Amino acid sequence: MQRIRRVLIANRGEIAARIIRSAQEMDILTVAVFSEADRNAPYVKLADLAIPLPGNSPKETYLNQGLIIDAAKISGCDAIHPGYGFLSENAEFASACGQAGIIFIGPTPRAIALMGSKIEAKRIMAEAGVPVLAGITVSDSDTLSENLTELADTEVGYPVLVKAAFGGGGRGMRVVHNPGDLLEAIEGARREAASAFGNGTVFLEHYVESPRHIEVQIFGDSHGQVVHLFERECSIQRRYQKIIEESPSPAVSEELRSELGASAVAAAKAIGYVGAGTVEFVMDNIGKYYFLEVNTRLQVEHPVTEMVTGLDLVRLQILVAEGMPLPDEVRSARINGHAIEVRIYAEDVLGGFLPSTGVIHHFHVPDLPGIRLDSGVKSGGEVSVHYDSMVAKVISHGKNRDEARRRLARALSETRMYGVANNVDLLLAILRESEFKAGAIDTGYLVRHTPADLVGTLRSSDTVDAHCIAAAIAVQARNRSESKVLGTISSGWRNVPNGHQTVTFKHDGTELVVRYRLSGDRVEFSIGDGELCRATIYSCAPDEVDFELGGIRRSATISRFAGRIYVADNTDVTTFTEVPRFQEHPALEAHGSLVAPMPGTVVRIAVDKGSAVSAGDTVVVLEAMKMEHSIKAPVSGIVQEIRVDLGQSVDIGLVLAIVEGPT
Amino acid sequence: MPVLKSTVDIRSEEYRNNRAAQLEVLRQLNEQLEIVRGGGGPKYAERHHMRGRLLVRERLELLLDPDSPFLELSSLAAWGTEFTVGASILTGIGVVSGVECVIIGHDPTVRGGSMNPITLKKNLRALEIARSNRLPVINLVESGGADLPTQSDLFVNAGKIFHDLTELSALAIPTIALVFGNSTAGGAYVPGMCDYAVLVDGHAKVFLGGPPLVKMATGEDAVDEALGGASMHSKVSGLSDFFAIDEYDCIRIGRQIVADLHWRKLGIGPTEPADPPLYDPDELLGVASSDFRVPVDPREVLARVTDGSRFSEYKALYGTSLVTGWTSIHGFPVGILANARGVLFSEEAKKATEFILLANQSDTPLIFLQNTTGYMVGTSYEQGGIIKDGAKMINAVTNSSVPHITINIGASFGAGNYGMSGRAYDPKFMFAWANAKLAVMGAQQLAGVLSIVARQAAESQHREFDAAADDARRTAIEEQIERESHSFFVSSKLYDDGVIDPRDTRTILGIALSAVHSQVVKGRRGFGVFRM
Repeated sequence: MQRIRRVLIANRGEIAARIIRSAQEMDILTVAVFSEADRNAPYVKLADLAIPLPGNSPKETYLNQGLIIDAAKISGCDAIHPGYGFLSENAEFASACGQAGIIFIGPTPRAIALMGSKIEAKRIMAEAGVPVLAGITVSDSDTLSENLTELADTEVGYPVLVKAAFGGGGRGMRVVHNPGDLLEAIEGARREAASAFGNGTVFLEHYVESPRHIEVQIFGDSHGQVVHLFERECSIQRRYQKIIEESPSPAVSEELRSELGASAVAAAKAIGYVGAGTVEFVMDNIGKYYFLEVNTRLQVEHPVTEMVTGLDLVRLQILVAEGMPLPDEVRSARINGHAIEVRIYAEDVLGGFLPSTGVIHHFHVPDLPGIRLDSGVKSGGEVSVHYDSMVAKVISHGKNRDEARRRLARALSETRMYGVANNVDLLLAILRESEFKAGAIDTGYLVRHTPADLVGTLRSSDTVDAHCIAAAIAVQARNRSESKVLGTISSGWRNVPNGHQTVTFKHDGTELVVRYRLSGDRVEFSIGDGELCRATIYSCAPDEVDFELGGIRRSATISRFAGRIYVADNTDVTTFTEVPRFQEHPALEAHGSLVAPMPGTVVRIAVDKGSAVSAGDTVVVLEAMKMEHSIKAPVSGIVQEIRVDLGQSVDIGLVLAIVEGPT
Repeated sequence: MPVLKSTVDIRSEEYRNNRAAQLEVLRQLNEQLEIVRGGGGPKYAERHHMRGRLLVRERLELLLDPDSPFLELSSLAAWGTEFTVGASILTGIGVVSGVECVIIGHDPTVRGGSMNPITLKKNLRALEIARSNRLPVINLVESGGADLPTQSDLFVNAGKIFHDLTELSALAIPTIALVFGNSTAGGAYVPGMCDYAVLVDGHAKVFLGGPPLVKMATGEDAVDEALGGASMHSKVSGLSDFFAIDEYDCIRIGRQIVADLHWRKLGIGPTEPADPPLYDPDELLGVASSDFRVPVDPREVLARVTDGSRFSEYKALYGTSLVTGWTSIHGFPVGILANARGVLFSEEAKKATEFILLANQSDTPLIFLQNTTGYMVGTSYEQGGIIKDGAKMINAVTNSSVPHITINIGASFGAGNYGMSGRAYDPKFMFAWANAKLAVMGAQQLAGVLSIVARQAAESQHREFDAAADDARRTAIEEQIERESHSFFVSSKLYDDGVIDPRDTRTILGIALSAVHSQVVKGRRGFGVFRM
């Protein structure tokens, strides 16, 4: 038994903050590591000490075993917590920690290695009596032959799932329905797996259509005890990544729960598992389940288990790593109520879930009953291109599934994340959707329900209109308050009125022209071609408008960041951009014309007609007054015309060439 | 500072009568302003739009900073004349890129924006305001030039526009011409005389002589674009400093030019709290008298105009027919002179003189609220030196160098008009409430005086006095004077800068005070304050 006094967290973001919280509660000193991009991340400040890792790429930083072990040594750490991802399931790193005399908070290198190979894992599980799906391994070096497509049919059965043998998180996964597509899918999966995990070995198995993703939390100690902490259901996924998880699963009966638990414990015992782990299963609609894999680490979604069991899994990990036996409360754990977690991603949902990056100007999750926030960001923080785009998790707990669901939906409706596109609306829409409400979910949920349809249910046009006029009132309040002269005179005052003030906003790609006139506490306005309406203003400031429209009093908070206007009331946010009154017109001549700025002689023609140029490339060189003047392409595009010859004298204003950009 | 306490009974019959009378004259005013706003009427406005052009008021609104105020001047110019009310030109003070500017825009829907003698007067008054208050000038140019049938009343004086524009430039007051259309012959000198000119492609036409005139003069076959298009002037003659691809672009460039002036006002900004009055300005309609013979307590007006209804009265117990004191409006400290009971006696004249001297000592602008029937007449007053005392007041008003802003809130008759800083005394701005009257004396009084003079003349010549004819003449004269003392008539002749709604008094004073502080605000010093 060895007390841990100082722990290095070899991770970043919300999980680093999460681990720091439990460790500090145990009076263990915490040491963070951080890349250049993470220098201002909240977890770095939460930690008692922090050590910089030069560079940004995961390979240079959070995957850099040597640097991290050095960091642990120089800061006097006696343990390393790897979090999830990065080095958390790296047997080599776990061994290296041991060799350096540092406790690796996680299972043994052997267990990691065994489970890290999906093929080996499946063999062991099958031997231990855990239900498995048959599969085929295609190693890194195998040459792909046509008979593989036949083999896949007989051994596995189409549709076939191709996935990386090492690593997880859906990276490199592909579903193949048509045998003719198999080889290409394998090649693609290999490339992705090789770049993400350093090993291109892939694995083929039968793909269970519309399955539920059920997983069991297991915990083992070094005294041979293994328990399970019930199941989690993680069927709501986009692109094979979980976005909503819950515990318990609405599809798991008491009976099935013991069966699943027994299988998971059997699996864990088969490899002498120590620490926190997760046995993942795929379950069909009649409750038949198959082993998928064991995650030898703390899962992203561990909080739902914590919420229903009242346990602190990070604390337990540390206790087990110190060699302590699992405490009684773990062995006697029971499910109390229901918990649901949503993952907030910085991503453009409607743009195909593309990760989005940039500054999160404002981030707020309300502190409501039953709500827990595990966050890696705060207002003003940045989402960089270097790491995963998950920024926070919001977890709710309730007496039952419906209460947990309602609490979480309300919390999400009050959640604000400005500056970076995110999936909060999608999460909220799912929580309110009837199939989800009924628990009728599977991993095909987001194929059946398109994000656009889901998000479209959230907001009425009334809200958009009310927010639009609130934005107009706030914009005028700002214009007035920022005015250097006549700032105390009434907004838009005229002794001979000329009609309304106008402001144009863009919302969801549509331009909305708002015409308005203020007089005292009244505003008369119209939006687009809509009819003239009247509203009463109780108070207005650049950041807050309290008004009455159609007999209903509303209060809106207006924030502005990087050219966007966010109008929020308690439960809704609408985003606008103000369309400037004037457009800049950079070019005088026909678009893309290059004009001689002075009289001179053409001494060089740098490009040919029809060639591609980038903005700023030299097209023609003129000599005038013994000076050479490069005439550069104003836009990137194709040289449509060269209108001059070498040695030609040209007059000022003559068009020398025309470069046409893409239209 | 003491706070005024209003004693107006808003349920009294007098209040209700006053209010009804004010609302009626404001209805008439708005009717006229509706015509002003319509310019040449819907037919010409539509034609102008069809040509891809903006109306002058649309240009103005685009030019101004969003949500900023605009004080239109001389709106009733040419009211009651053969010319369209408004005089085919728009002038006023507005904020462009954070800078208060005088804006002068031709209205091309009224006879092509051509200039008649009243257009000229209004244009020159706007330039005068720009000069005396040091406000940059932006011309929105689209004018067919002189209204030729009126050339004899126009041509000679019209040269003053170019004179004034270049004089402004010499005073380092920037002048900008945004040329949207015709600017030919004499009009061509507007962009010519301004510091900056922006011409709109395809629309601006700036030349001394058009193709027909050139053909007649030299036989040359010339075309518009080559003679005076935006492209030519931007690339060849250099008259245009900026080439605008369309009207919006032109206005955008105009705004940028102003931003690039890095303008600094020479006067101080508001220094006092600018909290609104405690009493509703709407009540001014009931406070203002419907009959100038019934005096108005100016404290009731001030309670609805000054910051927080504050007013620190000077010499409250002396010369009580004139109220004087210190306050602030929209944060600008001011001195107030306001008639309380029409007539100015020697005491009032001496009190006013001292107060004006004090304001000059402290560089404080003065607001004159006129409601006067003139200086007192009669033997004892003449013997008491009313002429000398009135002269002191007029001397002080004339030689005071702090800005004066005058508002006629009821009556402005006789030398009272002079002593209370009337138009001839160059107040920086002068406005009149819609019901206010201005003349040498009241209509009835004037007709009566003429009748007495006629009777005396008949007597001295031993002619028989025709009482019936006198009655008829008396009625005719009374009607004439009544008409000529009407605020619309006075304003149409540019004797003030506009007829205003009493409820706008505070706002208009705020804008005017801010404008005067673009210039140095400095009182006259010399002998010190004479105790009269």
